[in-house]
Amino acid sequence: MTFEYHNVFIEETSTVAGPYEAKGPLKKYFDKTFDNLYHGEKSWEMAEAKVLEESIDFVLKKAKKSKEDIDVIISGDLMNQITSSCYSSEKFNFPFLGIYSACATSVEGIILGSTLIDSGKVSNVIASTSSHNMSSEKQFRNPTEYGAPKPKTATFTATGGASILLTNENTGIKVESSTIGRILDYNQTDPLHMGSVMAPAAADTIYRHLHDMNRNPEYYDLILTGDLGLYGKEILIDFMKTEYGLDISNNYNDCGVMLYDLETQKEVLAGGSGPVCSALVNYSLVMEMLRKKKMKKVLLVATGALFSPTMVYQHENILSIAHAVSLEVIQ
Amino acid sequence: MLLLGDDMEKKKYEEIVAKHKPTETRGQNAFIAFVTGGIVGVIGQLLTEAYSSWFDISSKDAATFMLVTLIFLASLFTALGFFDKWVTFCKCGLIIPITGFAHSMTSAGIEYRKEGPIFGLGSNIFKLAGSVILYGVVSAWFFGLLRLLIMGG
Repeated sequence: MTFEYHNVFIEETSTVAGPYEAKGPLKKYFDKTFDNLYHGEKSWEMAEAKVLEESIDFVLKKAKKSKEDIDVIISGDLMNQITSSCYSSEKFNFPFLGIYSACATSVEGIILGSTLIDSGKVSNVIASTSSHNMSSEKQFRNPTEYGAPKPKTATFTATGGASILLTNENTGIKVESSTIGRILDYNQTDPLHMGSVMAPAAADTIYRHLHDMNRNPEYYDLILTGDLGLYGKEILIDFMKTEYGLDISNNYNDCGVMLYDLETQKEVLAGGSGPVCSALVNYSLVMEMLRKKKMKKVLLVATGALFSPTMVYQHENILSIAHAVSLEVIQ
Repeated sequence: MLLLGDDMEKKKYEEIVAKHKPTETRGQNAFIAFVTGGIVGVIGQLLTEAYSSWFDISSKDAATFMLVTLIFLASLFTALGFFDKWVTFCKCGLIIPITGFAHSMTSAGIEYRKEGPIFGLGSNIFKLAGSVILYGVVSAWFFGLLRLLIMGG
């Protein structure tokens, strides 16, 4: 399912990032970074909500908009019952839509927001997402102080909050089209190799987007997947070439690999993951490149492993999804 | 290509995944675990010897004192926040000895204290250690039974 949009634009974006992300190469592009993972709160969960709330504050401030200007906020995160999204949006009193598609949440938010704006029913939409390394570890894996060894293929959930403000007024950066992903099952069962779980979903969505829009990979200055990590990135390039006959190796990268310095930050293993991983890269570095017109056409493909610990313990496969949105600089 | 998701394609995908899978340094991991686990064993033996000579107690009692000491240290170091990094490095060298058991309980205790003494700490402290206790008791019963049947007690 691919849509084209006619009057949807990006007004502002905001990023608030945690200590590990601040040590990475993108620090100067973030609006704010913080040192302590508790961030002045009593629990990891409340810390994540606060980070997300700050990112919403930032996007309003940067766009010089007040709370009343926002028609709806679309928000999602990794926590059960999307708690971070709910607790962070409460103080703003925006009409609220909660969404979940794991690490593909950021682009799902952009797609829904853009579709609402394009329908003419609303003018300004915020789409936001967050994740927190510690709250995710606690919910999906082991207690955070437990030092379980992990394989090289494991990824590291990014900490931060990120928001994007979409509008129907021309700002020069257009949300041009989007492709809604499908849920795929490629018999993957390893929760410590999410890149292999998500690569087929990314390949499927990229292929269908290019096919529906009648484009080549070269049409884009950059194609960015969300959080495949070092090995997932290799798998995707190989899989796209052998299965779809498409060579994306020249203009493709992965946000999980870009968010950290993999040489010096050994603790992140294969790279970043989590819904905020792609959002932190897209809403900081990529937006900066678009604003400065260093790139004109970018395809963001957020990839999500629909991972449920319960289903993995029941020996079911891990499902995956990827959503794509195309951004273009217009004259 | 049009038959997306069929079995042949999934099989081919498995091959691509296998091709790009990094090799884990198993030999190195085993060596580190061997050495660090050995060091824990040596510390335990030294403690046992020391306790039995200092307090003039049997080596069986001294071994109990030694276990309590190791449990205390592993728990304290977990609470101080650096033991998880040691465990990540030493792997089974620290997980298999009693230090691993203490570490799993303390880390769960720290993690769930925010949810209160009953629904947090109480219900979650055995989250990781519960399996060790259950199967420890079951295997103790089983081997005890074997010993009774074969050796007559």
